[in-house]
Amino acid sequence: MMNLVLAAQNADELLKGLGAVGAGIGYGAAAIGPGIGIGIVVGNAITAMARQPEAAGMVRTTMFLGIAFTEALALIGFVVFILLKFT
Amino acid sequence: MTAAVSALDAPPVERQLAFDMAKRGLPVAPILVAVAGAIWGWAGAASAAFAVALVLLNFAVAAVSLSWAGKRSIALLMGVSLFGYIFRLALITVAVLAVKDQSWVKLVPLGLTLIVTHLGLLFWEAKHVSVSLAFPALTPQKKGI
Repeated sequence: MMNLVLAAQNADELLKGLGAVGAGIGYGAAAIGPGIGIGIVVGNAITAMARQPEAAGMVRTTMFLGIAFTEALALIGFVVFILLKFT
Repeated sequence: MTAAVSALDAPPVERQLAFDMAKRGLPVAPILVAVAGAIWGWAGAASAAFAVALVLLNFAVAAVSLSWAGKRSIALLMGVSLFGYIFRLALITVAVLAVKDQSWVKLVPLGLTLIVTHLGLLFWEAKHVSVSLAFPALTPQKKGI
């Protein structure tokens, strides 16, 4: 009987632990993608500014919006993480 | 003879965009707070208000840092963009984790408002920017005017 109780407790802890690991991996993966995306956005914006310096204002406007849109993916990942982990 | 144009001479457009988004976000915020309050009660309303403030702060920090870097060097702009992203994501994470156990916080409205406000303001701003990239605040004109 005692063994069954212990096994049940361990299973519960195991599930909690696996849940935490899954949430952490999910958040990390959701942050890596936008990191790469922002690198691509800014890298191409810098290329554009180097080629056409007089268009830097326009390029930076688009770049800022691009960064913010890409960052939304990380925010979605973060929200999924807090909802999985803490609710 | 014309003077050489540098990419560093560009106006701080990021600040203008962030100011526009704040200008649009502040009047919309009470509606979001009211909707969250109607569904989740006072805790939901407080959480939604916190989320709106967090999103506006995030845009403001991004705009100020990118404008600052854009005036100095293009290489710095690259660094500030990438490290700024990590820093702001960490800032949001710390801010939410710091308040998650408070009695006035409900995570579902907080999370939903974070996403809805962020994306909503961006799409709204992008619609206006698409009219003219040079003048982000320009309102689209109706056809026939």
